[in-house]
Amino acid sequence: MSHAISAPHGVAGGSQHDAHPTTTGIPSRKVALWTLIGSECLFFASLISTYLVYKGKSLVGPLPHTESQCMLHGHLQTCEKIFEIPLVTTGTAVLLFSSFFIVLALYGAQRGNRKMLVGWLGMTVLAGMFFVGMQVYEFQHFYHKGMGYGTNLFSSTFFTLTGFHGSHVTVGVIWLATLLVLAIRGKITPERALNLEIAALYWHFVDVVWIVIFPTVYLMR
Amino acid sequence: MDAHAHDTHAHPTPGLYFKVAVVLFVLTALEVLAFEAGRGGLGPGLRPVIEPIVVELLVVLSAAKFVLVAMFYMHLKQDPRLLANLFVMPLLIAAVVIAALIVLFQYWRLVGAK
Amino acid sequence: MATSVLDHAPAVHVEKTGIWSWITTVDHKRIGILYGTTAFLFFLMGGVEALIMRLQLMRPDNTLVSAEAFNSLFTMHGTTMIFLGVMPLSAMFFNFFIPLHIGAQDVAFPRLNAFSYWVFLLGGLFINFSFLLNAAPNAGWFGYANLTENTYSPGLNTDFWVLGLQILGIASMAAAVNFFVTIVNLRAPGMKMLRMPMFVWMSFITQILLLLAFPVITVALVFLMMDRHFGSHFFLPEGGGDPVLWQHLFWIFGHPEVYILILPAFGIVSEVLPVFSRKPLFGYTAMVFSGAFIAFLGFGVWSHHMFATGMGPFADSFFAISTMLIAVPTGVKIFNWIGTLWGGSLQFKTPLYFAIGMVAMFIIGGLSGVMHASPPADLQQTDTYFVVAHFHYVLFGGAIFGLTAGAYYWFPKMFGRLLNEGLGKLHFWLMFIGFNVTFFPMHFLGLNGMPRRVYTYPAGLNFEFWNRIQTWGSLLLGFSFLIFIYNLLKTLRGPQNAPADPWRGATLEWLIPSPPQEFNFAEVPPVNSSTPAWDLRRANGGQLPEPRRVSGAGIHLPRPSIWPLVTAVGVLGVIGSLLFTHAIHRWYFITLTGAAILFFGVYRWAFEQPFPEHHS
Repeated sequence: MSHAISAPHGVAGGSQHDAHPTTTGIPSRKVALWTLIGSECLFFASLISTYLVYKGKSLVGPLPHTESQCMLHGHLQTCEKIFEIPLVTTGTAVLLFSSFFIVLALYGAQRGNRKMLVGWLGMTVLAGMFFVGMQVYEFQHFYHKGMGYGTNLFSSTFFTLTGFHGSHVTVGVIWLATLLVLAIRGKITPERALNLEIAALYWHFVDVVWIVIFPTVYLMR
Repeated sequence: MDAHAHDTHAHPTPGLYFKVAVVLFVLTALEVLAFEAGRGGLGPGLRPVIEPIVVELLVVLSAAKFVLVAMFYMHLKQDPRLLANLFVMPLLIAAVVIAALIVLFQYWRLVGAK
Repeated sequence: MATSVLDHAPAVHVEKTGIWSWITTVDHKRIGILYGTTAFLFFLMGGVEALIMRLQLMRPDNTLVSAEAFNSLFTMHGTTMIFLGVMPLSAMFFNFFIPLHIGAQDVAFPRLNAFSYWVFLLGGLFINFSFLLNAAPNAGWFGYANLTENTYSPGLNTDFWVLGLQILGIASMAAAVNFFVTIVNLRAPGMKMLRMPMFVWMSFITQILLLLAFPVITVALVFLMMDRHFGSHFFLPEGGGDPVLWQHLFWIFGHPEVYILILPAFGIVSEVLPVFSRKPLFGYTAMVFSGAFIAFLGFGVWSHHMFATGMGPFADSFFAISTMLIAVPTGVKIFNWIGTLWGGSLQFKTPLYFAIGMVAMFIIGGLSGVMHASPPADLQQTDTYFVVAHFHYVLFGGAIFGLTAGAYYWFPKMFGRLLNEGLGKLHFWLMFIGFNVTFFPMHFLGLNGMPRRVYTYPAGLNFEFWNRIQTWGSLLLGFSFLIFIYNLLKTLRGPQNAPADPWRGATLEWLIPSPPQEFNFAEVPPVNSSTPAWDLRRANGGQLPEPRRVSGAGIHLPRPSIWPLVTAVGVLGVIGSLLFTHAIHRWYFITLTGAAILFFGVYRWAFEQPFPEHHS
């Protein structure tokens, strides 16, 4: 009876270099991250749906694109539209470019070009921090104009949606910053580039979510 | 070792990545311009042309950006199909959920009830 | 290279014992046992909650428990049975058997796997801790807004529920990522997708449902939390919000959730029936595709839980049709199970009894389900005991009977001992009779107008007779579990003498010793069909030699780790801290402490060497 003797298959891919064979040929951690991305699509879809369902249904202002009546200091006052499109557009562009930066960083990592890796990864982290900074500034600005979290349906849905996106960006920045430290120390060799590739996929996903949020929230009246 | 797990024929270069970045930037600019035109910020002539289709324009432009990032930056063009499916299937369900909720909550306004 | 792994240096795998080895385990088999034990205890707790309700409802105008206590009982009974009972019992089998079924040495992410167990345990303890504060959740297991908002639920009860579910959701998601990748990526050579055991297929589909459904309830729970603690009005009309949005978001999760509950049991039945009919599963491919179709369609039926909310005729019709449609693939499965039994050489052992019982009870539950699919009919049935009958037939008659079949079937493999057959059959008959006496009359009560979730009823409405019968039935049902527990304990005290393959199974787990060695397979057997064990038996002239225990030298297993538990504690800290927003002024310090523990755990986890030594 012929009997294929083989080493036990499919060892866990938790090691730094994913050297073990997998059924699909794709490293397990990469499949895992795409699985997570798929799941996150439903997460953001629920947040976006709620934003759209409640769009235009706020009982008081402030409103994103139009003038309205706001409850300020105990009485209703006219208040202007609250969005600052130029600021957010800048942040959007920066985030978009950060996806470009990290692709270059990964390119460098996969070819053992440490300068390219560290330089572009550093730029990515800076870009991410800029985006988060822009959002923090924007949130503070809104708060000072009288828009708190529970002020109206617009504020609640806006802050929840963009807040969750922003926290995803923040997690990404921390992740990338950790990898940056490793990269500077020379620990991200071509064999270990998978670690960066996975972080990059997460980063691109965060960018892609913003590609959907930006027009939906800021550009649709 | 993982770099050999997929087709290496059409391997993107930094030059290609840069071109994608430029296109993304342009598309974003177009989105903002569409928004401005739709609210009359680019002159009264453009507004009646753009405003009725501004939502559709934004959807098309943002979809194009989405696809570009997914295919080129996230490498789905070169990677095994499985990964693209892992992304597309949930996206379809997400789209259905968003559409269904919008329809379900518009319904009352359409029939004037509630 | 054709050398065997047995030829290496003489390091021997000795399985560690002691509490610390269990706390730091990353072995999927041990994690399975942890899940099963914990889940079974929670299940018993849920059962006691049910029995108290039945005792209260035994007589009209009864005063055994107050209305408030009753609210907590039905809320916690439902929440416990679903999230702390059926789901983790299924997880016990996912953990123990998915790697064995696909010929893998381990799961894809052993530490993530351990993490999911610890989060589950902490979440279950968290939500039940509420009992000690007399603040057990009391607004139903589905937490409808705006009952769950501050005006009508001012105490901590709903907060325990919301936060507890968030914690449990993380456990489910972590496990789902792990098993999804394991099934996709760690199959043995020859184990094509369409050769996997049906249990793996159904579990695979379940993981996909978990990944897609849980994010939606996460968002819903976040919104509710924000309403309760941070001043938003997501579900509050006075701020422009709509309570029905909660129902939509909840049921977009909730309906896939019921398929999450039943599909693993379907998978178990699809394993047991062929083995005990000595016949391959009828229509393997149809079973795979019907399972996938049920899951996919399950995302399109959710508003059938909302026919009474006034969605309008278009929405009602759409969801009615989609719901009726989902009966079709379910029917395919039922017929294929019958087709499997038909003409088989039936081995009347306990697993077969429970598997056939499952199919029969599920048919009854499915029929009442199809009756609900019609909105006008449902308007009479909804919120009555008719619905209670329906879901207990599918969840208890379906999922629990199926899981029990799995317990008797797989116990020898997991623990190396065979459960007593006589006691097993006694358990079956008492459970079968007790179950039907408890739940069948609920159809009558429902159609006669008895509402759900009432803590008592007045005399003279004709509810007394069946309620009394039902309570006796439930006591019999509870007693049957005592028989089961006695069987378990008695058997576990006996010698570990079960053979590797007591049932003549078809799948890979029967080819290794009972219980398996830590590394699962010394050599992975060849896989050329969906019944590799039967193939080997046939090639060997009808007999299989008892597999011997080997040293396992040279097989690298991941080292134990404490970081999954530490990270789980961090998760509990971050989410649980929101309990204190009203009670403690600077409650966010608890959040920050939890976050620090979480980050610490994650960093140590990420930088830990998962394997004792490396060789490329």
